[in-house]
Amino acid sequence: MNMQLLLIPLLPLIGFLLNGLLRNYLSKGVIGLIGSGSILGSFILSILAFMQVRSGAIVTAEYFEFIKIAGLRIPFAFQVDQLTSIFLLVITGVGFLIHVYSTSYMHEEKPHHFARYFAYLNLFVFSMLLLVMGSNFVIMFIGWEGVGLCSYLLIGFWFKKEDYTKAASKAFIMNRIGDLAFLIALFILINKLGTVTFSEIFTTEALAKLSAFDITIITTLLFVGATGKSAQIPLYTWLPDAMAGPTPVSALIHAATMVTAGIYMIARSNLMYSMAPGTLNCIAIIGIATALLAASIALKQNDIKKVLAYSTVSQLGYMFLALGTGSYVAAVFHVMTHAFFKALLFLGSGSVIHAMGGEQDMRKMGGLSKYMKITNITFLLGCLAIAGIPGFSGFFSKDEILAGAFATSPILYALGLFGALLTAFYMFRLYATTFKGSFRGTHEQEHHLHESPAAITIPLIVLAILSVIGGFIGVPEFIMEGAHSLKDYLHPVFEQSYAILPAHHVAHSTEWALTGVSSLLIIIMVVLAWSRYSKKPDMEEAKGFGKLLQDKWYVDEIYQSVVVKPLNALGAFFNNIFEKNIVDGLVNGVGRLVNYGGRQLRWLQSGQTGAYILMMVIGVLIVFALQFFLRK
Amino acid sequence: MPINYYIVLALALFSIGIVGVLTRRNAIIVFMCIELMLNSVNLLLVAFSKMQAAKNAAVTVAGTDGQLFVFFIMVVAAAEVSVGLAIIVMMYRNIHSVDINFLNRLKH
Repeated sequence: MNMQLLLIPLLPLIGFLLNGLLRNYLSKGVIGLIGSGSILGSFILSILAFMQVRSGAIVTAEYFEFIKIAGLRIPFAFQVDQLTSIFLLVITGVGFLIHVYSTSYMHEEKPHHFARYFAYLNLFVFSMLLLVMGSNFVIMFIGWEGVGLCSYLLIGFWFKKEDYTKAASKAFIMNRIGDLAFLIALFILINKLGTVTFSEIFTTEALAKLSAFDITIITTLLFVGATGKSAQIPLYTWLPDAMAGPTPVSALIHAATMVTAGIYMIARSNLMYSMAPGTLNCIAIIGIATALLAASIALKQNDIKKVLAYSTVSQLGYMFLALGTGSYVAAVFHVMTHAFFKALLFLGSGSVIHAMGGEQDMRKMGGLSKYMKITNITFLLGCLAIAGIPGFSGFFSKDEILAGAFATSPILYALGLFGALLTAFYMFRLYATTFKGSFRGTHEQEHHLHESPAAITIPLIVLAILSVIGGFIGVPEFIMEGAHSLKDYLHPVFEQSYAILPAHHVAHSTEWALTGVSSLLIIIMVVLAWSRYSKKPDMEEAKGFGKLLQDKWYVDEIYQSVVVKPLNALGAFFNNIFEKNIVDGLVNGVGRLVNYGGRQLRWLQSGQTGAYILMMVIGVLIVFALQFFLRK
Repeated sequence: MPINYYIVLALALFSIGIVGVLTRRNAIIVFMCIELMLNSVNLLLVAFSKMQAAKNAAVTVAGTDGQLFVFFIMVVAAAEVSVGLAIIVMMYRNIHSVDINFLNRLKH
């Protein structure tokens, strides 16, 4: 028994149970302590695990036989390799900061709701840890479902508002669609290979048993699962709506951890994907399409959290673009840097919303830099990081993704660069509208404006530092030889894929040129957005194309009329017509038949002795006749 | 005498009994018809036992089985008649009628 590995997910589970079961008895201080402390414990254990696998060893631990049926053996086992350890650090590290932040942000809730919140948050971290630590697809699937459930619970945390519960259901259902595909892929794997354990599947020999068609089917289905969880076209619409949850939840689930599950899964299955070039192309196209679509929508949103939500979808698109072009390291790198700066941005927006007394419309903010110094600076750093200004973490990861895209196809690069420019533009539109110019809210709000307490600002500062320096673990080779420590660290995980994927080599001078051009354009975009929105925000009603963007390309409406309405109509048909007439008719019909039959048979019991005797005689005659005819 | 004569006679008596039971409403006549059916069966039993004895000359105590049966039936029938007549008497005392259709209230 490897207790150390077991404790990493167990601590949040214990925290969940304590907070969940004792929610009526604990004080807020204790609840916060249990919630944050359990994650801190996991974080420390994750660091220890990171130290263990640093040397290149893979730590595995099997606890018990989970499922054993003829020929199929699924152990409950954990496996921590380099990829997992990176995710462990991100989940528990960023997760811990968000827990600390939440102790202050959610402080106005009643104690039992406060406990419920932390219980869900801990359960979420537990599921996510299970997802990344499982040594086979089934354990991963348990975590996969767990995060879906927790996101449902947390989005619908304020369940008294009907819109919020609808958003929660939407997230859950969208996720379920993807989960079904994941499950089917799992069944095909079991059917074809008879195992779900990673170490047994992801070897060239095992995969050689599968035909190219099988691999394409399995990888595509798994990718559909990933589009659900990681909010890609066509299943991305749940994520922007998921902003109904408390802001730290958005930071934890919809920026830093849950949505990266799909990327983790594909990175984990990298060998299989490398063997399916068709699927990789499909991933790259979906990724870049999502990145551009979401970025274009973010340009015209006025709700501060909506902008960040679409930016998340867009950044996830970049990660899929990286996966699709075979630069797995870049995807994992971007997951990490994105976790830092997006958590920072969400928490910063939470701080702003907190100060504004719940107002989320950017048009009613403005000039907040005067009132909230720490939030302002950290938010600015986050924006610089996500925009990809050279030196900040987003620059390195995004640049690596774009370089990978260029190596595959210059068109992908051009589109990716265009998306990056949009990102820079909308982020600085957000920043300038919120923090610059003059305050546009009510006097009451202006009076109320204040910097948030330390429990909120300290996580912001830590995340801001990480957003700034986080990129230096992956300095590209053309800048400094051998400085991409993340790539070296992850080398054992992707080693086999490198052997299969066609090696693209881009000359260092080309890379310098690409980086120079993209950086220059991004800086121009930042300046443009800054100058356009810092004085006068986007107040007028959007028209024409802008209106199309503001209304999110009417995707929700299309889904509503193409999928939801027909399904509702079908449901109504079944409820009103099929159920009432056919099912109820059958059931009632049986009852009525018995009733009717009984009433008819009653006449036989007349009480007339003669009638009885007559029947007896007829019966005897029938028996005789039968005897006579059947015996021959 | 051939066995057929006995069988036809017994069949006729039995049928008369059945028709009587089915058609008459007077309890005493129904009762008599039941006796008639019993006796037709008795007649048949005696006839068959006699036939059996004629066939198997070797059997010395020929056909006693059937005749024994007949005695039993007569005894049981006598007992039954005494009970049945007693019921009819009680019935007449209570409802001043021996009409069997009058007594269909048992169903309630």
